[in-house]
Amino acid sequence: MSSITHPADLPAPAPFPAEDKAIVFDDVAISFEENEVLKSISFALTRGETKVLLGIAGSGKSTILKLALGLLRPDRGRIWVLGQEVTAMTEQDLFALRSRVGMVFQESALFDSLTVRENVGYRLMEDHSLSAGEVEQRVAEALRFVELEHTLDMFPSELSGGMRRRVAIARAIVTRPEVILYDSPTGGLDPITSTTIIELILKQRDVYKTTALMVTHRLQDAFVMATNCFDTKQNKMVPIGRDSTTDVETTFLVLRDGCVIFDGAAEQLVETRDEYIREYIA
Amino acid sequence: MPLELVSPAEIAKEKVLAVQEYAELAWRSVTNLFRQPRYVADMLLQADNIGVGSLPIVILTGFFTGAVLALNTSSTLEKFGSLSLTGQLVSVSMVRELGPVLTGLLVAGRNASGMASELGSMKVTEQIDAMRALGTDPYKKLVTPRVAATVVMLFFLSIISDLVGLCGGWFISYALLGLDSYQYWTTSYQTLAYADVIMGLVKPIFFGFLISTVGCYYGMSTTGGTQGVGRSTTQAVVAASVLILVVDFFLTRFLMVVL
Repeated sequence: MSSITHPADLPAPAPFPAEDKAIVFDDVAISFEENEVLKSISFALTRGETKVLLGIAGSGKSTILKLALGLLRPDRGRIWVLGQEVTAMTEQDLFALRSRVGMVFQESALFDSLTVRENVGYRLMEDHSLSAGEVEQRVAEALRFVELEHTLDMFPSELSGGMRRRVAIARAIVTRPEVILYDSPTGGLDPITSTTIIELILKQRDVYKTTALMVTHRLQDAFVMATNCFDTKQNKMVPIGRDSTTDVETTFLVLRDGCVIFDGAAEQLVETRDEYIREYIA
Repeated sequence: MPLELVSPAEIAKEKVLAVQEYAELAWRSVTNLFRQPRYVADMLLQADNIGVGSLPIVILTGFFTGAVLALNTSSTLEKFGSLSLTGQLVSVSMVRELGPVLTGLLVAGRNASGMASELGSMKVTEQIDAMRALGTDPYKKLVTPRVAATVVMLFFLSIISDLVGLCGGWFISYALLGLDSYQYWTTSYQTLAYADVIMGLVKPIFFGFLISTVGCYYGMSTTGGTQGVGRSTTQAVVAASVLILVVDFFLTRFLMVVL
């Protein structure tokens, strides 16, 4: 495994498997020193879909997100994101692709020397394609989405864990990305704050129809995602009724020993006969 | 925890990899100067932090180094009736050697550690990854401004250190040794040859590059949480200080042959 790009070592780009796929992993493997974290990972994330990655700690869930964003290079296999083969791109080319993908890191990863305004508007300010007024407007819009407009001039150290996570979501959505990667967005938070975060993710999924790949070890969050939708009239999440026509397109992917052992819908997960999964969801 | 024995081949491989990664960082820090975007504001911020921030300690150290140099050599020079040569001795020692080296060591202690801990903290809290995820090259944004600022500021700090060191020597010569001020400054100035000045100006450029690249390298390769940050900080200061002294020797020899 190496995070440094050497263009000469990169394989030639392969044809993209299917146009309606946002992310495709094909037989991806990665090791850290002697530890083979991912042995053979293959899955596809369709545009508009939200896929929840489940697995025990250390099963490689976060590694999958970093691989998708090109932050890590796999030892084997190919990865396509939004039609481009990440595994055949140089770091410089990846910077352009990453502007179309948002990521919420496990511990928020906010820049601690910058204010909330500068954190959220970081990407827009770096681009120089928008005027200062437009950047300010987009930042305010993103912060309004996560209901933190009043924190503009605060530093990350002045925010609570939940607020930091919400600012991280605002930073990820401010560029209106086509895909968002959430790395344990509710990890280490209390149940009430976790529900607030999940509600925001649902809102992003149902209002903006953004494709998402979400890592979590909280099964409860995953099922809330699959059984609820965001009601824009009531401005809150509501359970999906039996007669509801809302198609939430939330699927599950379960990892075990570096391999995918389940890839399907919530109903299939509940009905599975796999003992490991039954024990996991019990 | 069981004791793990690592083969010499593994250790050698690790060292070679570290040198390769350091060389890549150093190379990128230079080539990025010629690529957009250039982050001029970050360079100025770093120049202020490294240059202006180090000024008080550089002035203090320079003054007392010059003073103690005059004091120590005066007794020997007096035996030969050559006390009037104090200015020459302080001047050549400060400009050729002590000014650049001591300033380099001070800046290494203050800034190589600062860079390693700052970048190391960013690394372990995933801020470097977040920066990459947001489409910014951390080498361009974090490393290049620090390298450029250190090289430029160490150059000027060394000149200031030389001057203040000469002032320290003058103070001792005038106040304690009873030498004439005019004589001190004239001999100090006249004894400096072109080669001495060039040597004193070339060294800080190399030292500045070493300090910043070593500090950034240890910062960017930090692993292992807060403990790792502490380890990187210590390693950065030790490596930068040792490298300054080693490179100083070879550079002095090289410049003595060339000039």
